Amino acid sequence: MNPETLLYAKTHEWIHIADDGGAKVATIGISAFAVEALTDLVFMELPEVGRDVKPGDSICEIESVKAVSDLYSPVEGKVLEVNKPLPDSLETLSDDPFGKGWIAKIQLTSDAGLSDLMDHAAYQAACKEEAD
Amino acid sequence: MPSAAANLAHTPLHDWHATHGGRLVDFAGWEMPVQYGSIVDEHNATRNAAGLFDISHMGRLGIHGPDAAKFLDAIVTRRIDNMKPGQIRYGLVCNSEGGILDDVLVYRWEGQLQSMPDPPEFHLVVNASNRQKIIAWMTDSNTYGQIEFAARVDDLTTSTAMIALQGPRAIELVDPFCDGELTSLRYYRGRATQVLGHDCYLSRTGYTGEDGCEIICPEENAVEIWETLLDVAEEVGGCAVGLAARDTLRLEAGMPLYGHELSENITPLQAGLAFAVNLADRDFIGHDALVVSQSESRPVRVGLQLDGRRAAREGCSLLYEDKPVGTVTSGSYSPTFERPLAMGYVKPVASAIGTPLVVDIRGTQLPATVVPLPFYERGK
Repeated sequence: MNPETLLYAKTHEWIHIADDGGAKVATIGISAFAVEALTDLVFMELPEVGRDVKPGDSICEIESVKAVSDLYSPVEGKVLEVNKPLPDSLETLSDDPFGKGWIAKIQLTSDAGLSDLMDHAAYQAACKEEAD
Repeated sequence: MPSAAANLAHTPLHDWHATHGGRLVDFAGWEMPVQYGSIVDEHNATRNAAGLFDISHMGRLGIHGPDAAKFLDAIVTRRIDNMKPGQIRYGLVCNSEGGILDDVLVYRWEGQLQSMPDPPEFHLVVNASNRQKIIAWMTDSNTYGQIEFAARVDDLTTSTAMIALQGPRAIELVDPFCDGELTSLRYYRGRATQVLGHDCYLSRTGYTGEDGCEIICPEENAVEIWETLLDVAEEVGGCAVGLAARDTLRLEAGMPLYGHELSENITPLQAGLAFAVNLADRDFIGHDALVVSQSESRPVRVGLQLDGRRAAREGCSLLYEDKPVGTVTSGSYSPTFERPLAMGYVKPVASAIGTPLVVDIRGTQLPATVVPLPFYERGK
């Protein structure tokens, strides 16, 4: 995916929303900035398929040598699908965070959370502020 | 990141770190590089070649006066009064209950420097987080036993820097820049000498489990020494190393860290540091409490090995036969062993090598086995 057309949460998840036969499905992952900040990833779990999630819910953990980080759902909906091979090939998260490094697809049940998301330019600015 | 940096102390290498990719964090009131790139790469470079560390945040205290040895002998768990010039010993400073105020390296000064016509009798290297506490403790303790020692503490921390080069190639890399042969300096020995023509105190010590040395130098020479050593280290695959890899290195080497394995509520004997406690034929603050504690059944420090890749972190509960028996004090994924390792305190009943424990990692219960410390020992 093109990072410039994605939406972002301030907790560094990216979100791509597609129309799937009338249903809205969000694909989510973590940004290149977040992967770079974590460095040395050693472990991750995947969200539970079928789980109902709300914006801000911790849906899985990503662990680096240094620390454990939560991945938060940016949206409200039900987890449809997860990227099963990802925990066994964590390098994919750094090699292709916006593509093969996707983590989960969530079918939206409301628009909750969407208005809090940033576009690419706003997210870039937020990252710059965080890096300073 | 909101800049809380205004109140943080800077080492003489701070600007170098900031302009060379160092990710700076608050560590014990100092703004220090936690990593420059990959923690695993920095860790492995130290194990395989040489890692360069800015450890200028560590407290460096000079102890002057005719009673310096007697004074230190009265506040350090290790015997000090028989140390010979050039020797270095690891010891603890305890309170009267035997709780650990700090773990320290005691250096008995050897050698002469033109710039220090009146060198201290001893150096103490203390943890950054405990520096002010130890200075105050030494000042207060100078009337210990109703005797006032003729000894004076001089805080050298901000007028000097401290740089460590650690790893199997470290000694050969530093040697050409030293006055005198570094290769003949034995482990845990040190002396005043010149490095790149600057007055330094050089010791064969470290906190990584590797051979290597630590250099105390005047602050104004820190960048020159750092850049020179980094150049030669990089030629053999070494690099600058931040505090994160320093932590994984010391964890593998089974070395305790103050604030994690050591605190005022832990005695050196619980921490497995009996080698650094000389109880016979001497007295020091905490001595009597430590004698009494020998017959008590307190939790003890153990090493833990886990399967899989998920690390047990500080604060995780430890269970044995479904009952809580202790807590993890440090834990990380180990780059050398490519599996999670941890240290913690458990009740003696659960402390034997091979005991199968369960660790609760944020609600997930995973097996953890008690294994001997250290996890890592370098080849001799």
